[in-house]
Amino acid sequence: MYLAVKGGEAAIDATHQLLAETRRGDPTVPEVSVTQIKEQMALLVARVMNEGALYDENLAALALKQAQGDVIEAAFLLRAYRTTLPRFGSSLPLDTTAMAIRRRISATFKDLPGGQVLGSTYDYTHRLFDFALTNSGNEAQAVTAPEPLDAVMPRVLDILGDEGLIEREEPRDSDAIPEDITRDTTTFPAGRAVRLQSLSRGDEGFLLGLAYSVQRGYGHNHPFAGEIRLGEIRVCLTPEELGFEIDIGDITITECQMITQFTGSKAVPPQFTRGYGLVFGHNERKAMSMAVVDRALKAAELGETPTFPAQQQEFVLYHCDNVEAAGFLEHLKLPHYVDFQGELELVRRMRAENSAPTKVETP
Amino acid sequence: MIEEAPLLRAQNVTRLYGGRVGCRDISFSLWPGEVLGVVGESGSGKTTLLRSLAGFEPPDEGAIHFRHGTEEHDIYALDEASRRAMMRTEWGMVHQNPRDGLRLDVSAGGNIGESLMARGDRHYGKMRARITDWLQRVEIDSSRIDDSPQSFSGGMQQRLQIARVLVAEPRLVFMDEPTGGLDVSVQARLLDLLRVLVRDLHLAAIIVTHDLAVARLLTDRLIVMKDGHIIEEGLTDQILDDPHHAYTQLLTSAVLSA
Amino acid sequence: MTPASQHDPDYNYAYLDEATKRMLRRCLLKAIAIPGYQVPFASREMPLARGWGTGGIQITAAIIGPADTLKVIDQGADDTTNAVSIRHFFARVTAVATTEETTKASLIQTRHRIPEEPLRDGQILVYQVPLPEPLRKLIPSESETRKIHAWAEYGPIYVRLYEDIAQYGHVTSTYSHPILVNDRYIASPTPIPKFDNPKMHMSPALQLFGAGREKRLYAIPPYTKVKSLDFEDYPFALQRWDEPCALCGSTSSYLDEVIINDANERMFVCSDTHYCETRRAEGHEGPQLAKAQSVRLTGCAP
Repeated sequence: MYLAVKGGEAAIDATHQLLAETRRGDPTVPEVSVTQIKEQMALLVARVMNEGALYDENLAALALKQAQGDVIEAAFLLRAYRTTLPRFGSSLPLDTTAMAIRRRISATFKDLPGGQVLGSTYDYTHRLFDFALTNSGNEAQAVTAPEPLDAVMPRVLDILGDEGLIEREEPRDSDAIPEDITRDTTTFPAGRAVRLQSLSRGDEGFLLGLAYSVQRGYGHNHPFAGEIRLGEIRVCLTPEELGFEIDIGDITITECQMITQFTGSKAVPPQFTRGYGLVFGHNERKAMSMAVVDRALKAAELGETPTFPAQQQEFVLYHCDNVEAAGFLEHLKLPHYVDFQGELELVRRMRAENSAPTKVETP
Repeated sequence: MIEEAPLLRAQNVTRLYGGRVGCRDISFSLWPGEVLGVVGESGSGKTTLLRSLAGFEPPDEGAIHFRHGTEEHDIYALDEASRRAMMRTEWGMVHQNPRDGLRLDVSAGGNIGESLMARGDRHYGKMRARITDWLQRVEIDSSRIDDSPQSFSGGMQQRLQIARVLVAEPRLVFMDEPTGGLDVSVQARLLDLLRVLVRDLHLAAIIVTHDLAVARLLTDRLIVMKDGHIIEEGLTDQILDDPHHAYTQLLTSAVLSA
Repeated sequence: MTPASQHDPDYNYAYLDEATKRMLRRCLLKAIAIPGYQVPFASREMPLARGWGTGGIQITAAIIGPADTLKVIDQGADDTTNAVSIRHFFARVTAVATTEETTKASLIQTRHRIPEEPLRDGQILVYQVPLPEPLRKLIPSESETRKIHAWAEYGPIYVRLYEDIAQYGHVTSTYSHPILVNDRYIASPTPIPKFDNPKMHMSPALQLFGAGREKRLYAIPPYTKVKSLDFEDYPFALQRWDEPCALCGSTSSYLDEVIINDANERMFVCSDTHYCETRRAEGHEGPQLAKAQSVRLTGCAP
């Protein structure tokens, strides 16, 4: 039987042993190390950190190893671990103009202060196999630019903002301590902070699909990639007991700001509106998708009628969390035979009644 | 027919839409059993006024009082729960488009039954009997009780919507262009039905229409609206036969020449 | 079950940190104070997947203590995969005593069933809830359903019952049949079969419900009125079986259908495995006990 009424405990133990053996694979092949995953699968590690909502490259790499490369399973491991960590406080806002830039591009201005910085990207490669990679021993050396980059690079949207052409986004007083979706229940309508947090750890594939639906017309807005920047940035925290700011380390982030034209409404004059994306590590696709969906979710606030899936808060925020979605989908593997027994009995009874000569009517 | 105290009192009701006037400074009283018509061209503020009166949109200024027993309540001063309870039990709304007032995924009987269940009826057999009775009163063959309203014609859907509203025994019914969108022959039958029901049930009603023929047939008293204001009011016959305001004269002559 | 002598030192007692447990207890107190009302809570990520009982696990983690004896069932059985997994989890992080005996448990976490043996004063039954909102299938929006509960505008849910009777002559729900708690809130009894609904009414035990993924808790305090929705002339009715349990002969328990061979032969056996075993130990014998043993139906092993 698929589900033994007795003997479940022994079966589960055996399952765990088999899983460990399967994970290791052929024992004559050298075991992959956590460091190798961290160094050579950095984009995958970044995705796990985002969806696992925890910035820790070593743990993300370990999670990937333990999960045999299953991204959602790895993100789940990080999330479950994250629950047990005490919360010290909120970091101070990141100043992304002070980012140590590795890549920075704008699709809206040909040149701009600080320049376009192409950095490391697959964007301009031909997707042709490099068969040399089948063998080990690959060494690669990049050239160094003749001059260092500017230490501070203004954000493209701030340049538009100085002209008053883009919607202003200034923190309300209540933003001093942002809501935390891992500590507070999300209620609707959800504020921007809650939306951005949910999107930032949302499933990349789901957000990509939603952003694509907006582009194809299920969302009434045409986004421009105002700026995408990638690099390292300092994270600071002011612990209550110290009362002054301390640097707790650098993280790699990708930031994307999308610009969307807006013709104005009763409440808001014509201007450009903003969609914002911020993710851990190097992940432009996710940051861009997030920015497009963020803008779509502003529909109600801008006086647009939320008609399409990407514009509907409850739809997007409830369904973008892949750890929750995967859990609930896969719980269908749990036994449901008590409920199914009820359905079975009902269908049999109704079939029997249907074959009976008269229909049951009002008593 | 007219009793001593008004059932509904509108007091300086004003509703603005982003600087544009929906309706301004509307005051009138409605007595139990009285049928009031609100006429005027489209855009004159009739529907805006009706939605405020029926509890859907609070006015920006002014108040709407409804008499419940011996007490009069300012319906927007009530908490939302009490207001919605009154909306369920004291009055009903017949929408111009029956799809706005019906559940199309529920059977015809279920649509009428919902009004009964919403007020607490819990006896299937008794509900079934009342539903059957109401289907007959709105001239729908009771064999259609378990059919989907999607299979009904426009006129039948409108009659079903009326049954769904009236089965809850409201004291007041709001109707927004109840015959709009129907063929002329279907309109006549519906008007006749409404006239009989309103008289038999001693209902008060406020009927918004741009059709003066509807007003003449159904209403006791008329309010003529233009640009959000009341420009003339009085007994229906008096207004239609002897309009004083130039705009009303224009309206009535349009119907006469039609 | 043998309890571990000591809980896993790498984790706080019962896994969750104390601040989280206090948050959960505050929410539970609110839920008990307003029977049937869904209290939003900041559901944590647990090491079990969403949909696999994270709401129930969080409640259990918030209220369990060293003096407790824990029973975990899934579909009425103590030995199904997820019940075993959850029992192991709590044995590891709390080291409490575990049991399969309903009467000996102070705390019972369940999925989809209420035990056949009546619960008593002082026991707590914790339900794992997948979808806490009984109106969700009629109204997808959470903002809207919360208003409907606040105003007690429950007409639409009766429309479903009406439609069932109109179309089929009877109500077709077999599980998750909605309940009215303490004459005020309509709540989802989780997908327990409607067979179990009457056990909720005036139960001496405290009943707690946790939906981890949907982030809602609710409760039925001891001795609270619980009414399964029905019409006066179509009273709530239970499903019945034509035959007794094939193993223990019980005629009053919920039965599962088990297919025993390729010839499509089947038998009906108690879904509550502990109840069935207890009856057999007391000498009750079902009509197919011998046959079941011969086909090595695993439920009959001593």
